[in-house]
Amino acid sequence: MDLFAVILVEILYSIASLILISAGLAVVFGMMKVINLAHGEFMMLGGYATIVAVNQGINVFIAMLVIAPITVGLIGLVVERLVIRHLYGRLVDTMLATWGISLLFIGLATMIFGNTTTGISTPISGFPVGAYQINGYNFFIILVAMVLVLGLYIVLKLTRLGLIARGAMQRADMSAALGYSPSRIYMATFFCGAALSGLAGAVLAPLVGLVPTSGGAYIAKAFITVIAGGPSLISGLASSAGLFGVTSQVFAFSISPMAGEIALLVAAVVLLRLMPQGITGRFFKGKV
Amino acid sequence: MQNRFGRDAFALLVTAGVLVWLTPLVISTYTLTVLIVYGMLALSLGLIWGYGGILCFGQAAFFGLGAYTYAIAAINIGESTLPMLLAIVVPFVFAMMLGAMMFYGRLGDVYVGVITLVVTLILFRFINSTAGPQFVLGKARLGGFNGIPGFQTLNVPGSPDSYIWGDGLYYFAAAALVVVLLLVSWLLASPFGRIAVGIRENETRMALMGYDVSARKTLLFALGAAIAGLAGALFANWAEIVTPSLFSLGQSAEIIIWCIAGGLGTRSGPIIGAAALAYLKFLLGQQTLVDNTVIMGLILVLFVLFLPKGIVPAVVSGWTMLFGRRGAGKAAALRRNRAGRGAVNHG
Repeated sequence: MDLFAVILVEILYSIASLILISAGLAVVFGMMKVINLAHGEFMMLGGYATIVAVNQGINVFIAMLVIAPITVGLIGLVVERLVIRHLYGRLVDTMLATWGISLLFIGLATMIFGNTTTGISTPISGFPVGAYQINGYNFFIILVAMVLVLGLYIVLKLTRLGLIARGAMQRADMSAALGYSPSRIYMATFFCGAALSGLAGAVLAPLVGLVPTSGGAYIAKAFITVIAGGPSLISGLASSAGLFGVTSQVFAFSISPMAGEIALLVAAVVLLRLMPQGITGRFFKGKV
Repeated sequence: MQNRFGRDAFALLVTAGVLVWLTPLVISTYTLTVLIVYGMLALSLGLIWGYGGILCFGQAAFFGLGAYTYAIAAINIGESTLPMLLAIVVPFVFAMMLGAMMFYGRLGDVYVGVITLVVTLILFRFINSTAGPQFVLGKARLGGFNGIPGFQTLNVPGSPDSYIWGDGLYYFAAAALVVVLLLVSWLLASPFGRIAVGIRENETRMALMGYDVSARKTLLFALGAAIAGLAGALFANWAEIVTPSLFSLGQSAEIIIWCIAGGLGTRSGPIIGAAALAYLKFLLGQQTLVDNTVIMGLILVLFVLFLPKGIVPAVVSGWTMLFGRRGAGKAAALRRNRAGRGAVNHG
């Protein structure tokens, strides 16, 4: 019974962290059809922003939930204005340019913070369940992921801002004719995507030792989750994160953590081969 | 057609001969060997991406696979001839299977990119986790993140004690690159190569003309992998150790940067790009002021923004604009058009 509870929490946590990791990329790719390969580095920067802020004596939750997203969002804004806006509609070129940006950030972070592992301790302590110990911070991550998905849904589906953004993504010329500047909307969307990446990096920072190259660990997972999710932003994100989270945890518990990682990747390859349009290309069509 | 290939081959042999003879006066042969290996690796991606339009994010997978195949086979066999061949065949077969899965599934550009990336990651994670003593192939321990050291390096076929190393390895690698380049030129001048370029330009049209697009893409993909495998085996001989970092995403990224900077849709572009950037990285590695990842990243971003076609096409068009006689320029332009201008098909 206790073991069952522990496994359930671990699976939920795994799904939640996949959602967190992928949300920023999903917004940028799902809305703007830009694949941001610097996504992992945005997360890494979010982590560093948190650590720097905490070392300055700022409350850890404020650092994670406010300072990191805003910092990374602003960095994303600069990147969008300088590089990405010239490349809209050229999928492969944006991938390459953002890959270059990711290398640039890795290099800069190495120069500033050094090639050593830094970290902060988890602000929520663990508690025992029967014979096992559960990390209390996992619940925080699950909560953040749930709020995030709900928030995204509300903004996109129920607010005027979300309506304008979705409209501009479908028909930029039409929304321009109606008086909205597509360039501004793209800019704002990219800001939001980068901020979400920063938030994810910040929230996950206490769980991992941060090095300038940590972004690489996230980008592949995020990339796979988003592509496998397909065209619908939120339902795609939730369904593919659910599928991959369960797969990897089942294998991780029954064989080894490494088997879990590899099972996730194999599942992704098989899924993409069977459904090249992603999960929501076949099911849940037309949902947000 | 045949005639043109002959002229090409002659020019290539002369250029290569002069370069192989002159460059050791400036750069040590030890460094040159690895530049040649990287050049071959870049050529493998340049072939499938520049001429076939297949953007593979995991060319490093075949590079690493070739290197590991060589190392494992060399330890088990104790002689280098068969391992060299295996290092070409194994990536070829592996890419054949992977390519068949992707191209018969008619996956689009982005999905091919993702799948090759994921496969590279799987290999990287797997090799990294094989540190334990239970991971043994014949006499070779896979060694996890420590890699495999101490295998039989290249020797004269039939006599395992006469090693080819140092200057000898340099000349061997250079000869291998020239042979590969000749084969690639021949392939591109052949109907197969022409049709591959046709598929890059318009896949649907080629399919409607009755060519089996999936089979051709799969074969081209596998040929690229075989070249990358050979480069991997040469690298293993140069470094005398193979480690999982051969499979890393950073390695894949570098191959793509070389191709972009050198120029897609040309044969010399990727090689020049690889040699120049790898040498630049080598020089940058000797100073500590700026981290060289910063420079690599900047180069990639700037090239995508300002020179998306790469150095070689830019130089060629600059040359024809300045010095080309009218007739000659026109003929060259016509030839270039027929050969395909080399821009990637931005779908």
